[in-house]
Amino acid sequence: MDQTYGIFLYVISLLTMGGIYAILALGLNIQWGFTGLFNAGIAGFYAIGAYVSAILTTAPTARHLGGYEMPYPVAFAAAMIVAGILAWGVGRICLRLRSDYLAIATIGIAEIFRLILKNETWATNGPRGVSMVPKPFATLPEPWNHLAFLAMVLVTVAAIYLALETARKSPWGRVMTAIRENEPAARAAGKNVARFRMEGFVFGCMLMALAGAYTSHYLKFIGPNATDPLTATFLVWVMLVVGGSANNKGAILGAFLMWTVWSATEILTSRLPDDLSIRTAYVRIFLIGLVLQIVLQKFPRGILPEQRLASSAKAAENTGRPADRPST
Amino acid sequence: MIDFIGDLVNFYLIPGLVLGSIYALGAIGLTMTFGILRFANFAHGETMTLGAYFAWTLVQLTGWHPIAVLPIAMGLTVLVVLGIDRGFYKPFRASPTIMLVIASFGMMLMVRSVVQFIWGVQMKAMVPGIQMPVVLFDWLRISPKHMMIIASVLVLMFAVHYLLTYTKIGKAMRAMSDSPELARLTGINTEAVIRATWIIGAALAAAAGVLLAVDTHVETMMGFKLLLPVFAATILGGIGRPYGAVAGGLVIGMAEELSSYPWIGTEPLLNPGYKAGVAFAIMVAMLIWRPSGLFRGKVY
Amino acid sequence: MPTLELRDVVGGYGDTQILHGVSITVDAGEIVVVIGPNGAGKSTAIKAVFGLLNLTGGQVLLDGEDITNTPPEKVARKGVCYVPQTANIFPSLSVEENLEMGAFVREDDFTPRLHEIYDLFPPLKERRRQAAGTLSGGQRQMVAMGKALMLEPRILLLDEPTAGLSPKFRGEIFSIVKTVHAAGTPILMVEQNAKQALKIADRGYVLVDGRNKFTGTGRELLEDRQIAAMFLGGPTNGAKDKAGDGAA
Repeated sequence: MDQTYGIFLYVISLLTMGGIYAILALGLNIQWGFTGLFNAGIAGFYAIGAYVSAILTTAPTARHLGGYEMPYPVAFAAAMIVAGILAWGVGRICLRLRSDYLAIATIGIAEIFRLILKNETWATNGPRGVSMVPKPFATLPEPWNHLAFLAMVLVTVAAIYLALETARKSPWGRVMTAIRENEPAARAAGKNVARFRMEGFVFGCMLMALAGAYTSHYLKFIGPNATDPLTATFLVWVMLVVGGSANNKGAILGAFLMWTVWSATEILTSRLPDDLSIRTAYVRIFLIGLVLQIVLQKFPRGILPEQRLASSAKAAENTGRPADRPST
Repeated sequence: MIDFIGDLVNFYLIPGLVLGSIYALGAIGLTMTFGILRFANFAHGETMTLGAYFAWTLVQLTGWHPIAVLPIAMGLTVLVVLGIDRGFYKPFRASPTIMLVIASFGMMLMVRSVVQFIWGVQMKAMVPGIQMPVVLFDWLRISPKHMMIIASVLVLMFAVHYLLTYTKIGKAMRAMSDSPELARLTGINTEAVIRATWIIGAALAAAAGVLLAVDTHVETMMGFKLLLPVFAATILGGIGRPYGAVAGGLVIGMAEELSSYPWIGTEPLLNPGYKAGVAFAIMVAMLIWRPSGLFRGKVY
Repeated sequence: MPTLELRDVVGGYGDTQILHGVSITVDAGEIVVVIGPNGAGKSTAIKAVFGLLNLTGGQVLLDGEDITNTPPEKVARKGVCYVPQTANIFPSLSVEENLEMGAFVREDDFTPRLHEIYDLFPPLKERRRQAAGTLSGGQRQMVAMGKALMLEPRILLLDEPTAGLSPKFRGEIFSIVKTVHAAGTPILMVEQNAKQALKIADRGYVLVDGRNKFTGTGRELLEDRQIAAMFLGGPTNGAKDKAGDGAA
């Protein structure tokens, strides 16, 4: 019985983290899938959301900035707004240039944020991180507290999904697709390409911050390790590419699928002897990288390929991505 | 006064020059792959790490000096990078270049995890022990390893300069960096140029990694830490401009070191913990004011 | 046997079909000019020879050898040289390095050829060490053509060599084309400045909507009233044409 309950709790935690990654993947899908922007600093925006929300909700402490004890919705909103403003700043500088620059700048932002977390101990408690982050629904009895948190995450995923699907089919979404497919034509049609790009980038980063906020409350702790550029950024990319970029269902499927694989392999390797266990952790990263490469090369459209709207279906390419160089 | 200058030169300018010339080596390769293959190679930092680990292993095996095993380490790194190109980048030659950025992003983690798997995450010393600096003119102190690093960088840079200016493949590399389409139309063997680019880029990156390891130590994150300043140097110098990359690398290295000099009062101007941020700040400033870089490189 | 022949060529970029059956023949020693309105597929026709677009029908023959859909670098190695309309030099390379790149596929000593090119374009010799990107528009065209001629090509393809140049330079370019031709290289040229181009042409083709409309000797086309009304109504402005062809 105990074991069944343990499995039950594990599944709940799997679904909760999977849902949080689904929010990240949906955020990246707005940027990469729909707008064609390369964000290599997902971890940075994720961490910003996590820290902002954690600091705003924790009880007073001498270890780090805090003691505001704000309600969760305010903290979540603040996390998204801070990330949004930062994304706007990055976007102002990089969106007019080719996608590579955005990739470099976003990875830089993530790195700078890591430096701040490490150095500004008065605000972030440095490497020891922010602990005692309150968890929503903590007052409910077991296992309802876990279930309620899971419900919150899943409702959020569903709400984002519905909003994005509506947006995708709206004139806004059509313009986004048009820009990604053929920027000069969209420009010639009088579309303010820069503004649409900026919107896509900022919205995406705000979702990443929300996912970060959820994580810090879920784990009741956030430290600089959570911003490890590897796990956060890279996993989300693999999730989206495997699931199928430019497809919101694909993003969600990819997130749950890859998180399950990631988490299950962690359980497997953690049972190995210590020395081997540490080493096999790297094998996992290698293999997940290999999965990305194979999918990119052999199945570039992912498990659930993009559902083209009638107007753009004709232009479908087997790369699943528009050419960013002129066709001549 | 002489103390002041001595301090500045010994503890800031010389380390800045050493760091800058290491950045420069890394940036030459990065700027050439960026210019010729048209993508920001995120795995370039890991190429440097790989070079350092190869050299460390060779030093353990042979007991030679790191500089002596440098050419072998460079060669081994080149082989690995050519294999990576064949397996993971070549399939995307005809694809939008952003696919290469993603592939290289994945490669960055794959290479690092392999390094961590094989060598572990413990820091390793390339050159054990501490060397006494050589004192010149009573005040100029320069350690032998720094002299050796700068000398090695100079030799490598002259080699690259010769190659780019006087050899057919070097000129073709510059041509392709100017315009890959025209290079193809002209009948230039673009695959050969790409191969040469990977060879030179990987060799220099490996050298940068080894020299950094000689200056500090070997660790698995060293390449990732180099990536941002090297990107900054590339953008500062202008993409596709090897000479710009050298200038950019030196400027970034100097700026990083000089940023923690107590210019005002007695405290460092900038908390040394933020040194890495200096490169980023310079890069952002360039992207705002002059994305083509100092040497009028490409802007995409 | 014609040096170059396009036989009912059909194709375009991706799903956009631009050429709906174009036939062009260039015989040994000829200058052939292709004219037509914007978007007629003139530049695209030249690119078809050079393997730069996907041909779904027809054939391209070089001295009778089928080179349909051969990739550009191989076409170049077969001795077809193409001078694109824009971005036709390596700006950061010196003039001489540009010419050397033109000879990239040559294994033999090309120094004599280099001197011939300098004799053909004396201004280039003076500026041989200068970065090609710093030259004037007309001199850049010289570099572009000189670079192509380094291979001693079997045929030279020119895509609107006078586009964006002032009338003075235009005349200069046409006289260069004549000089190159006089040295024995057949030329296939796409031009906006139809009147001037037809004057130096042995034969001309008028393309409209990706199809052959008229064919004749340069003189015949110049004197044809219908063509005159359609295309020769005055000096056409080549500069505006940049986006017209192919990109459609």
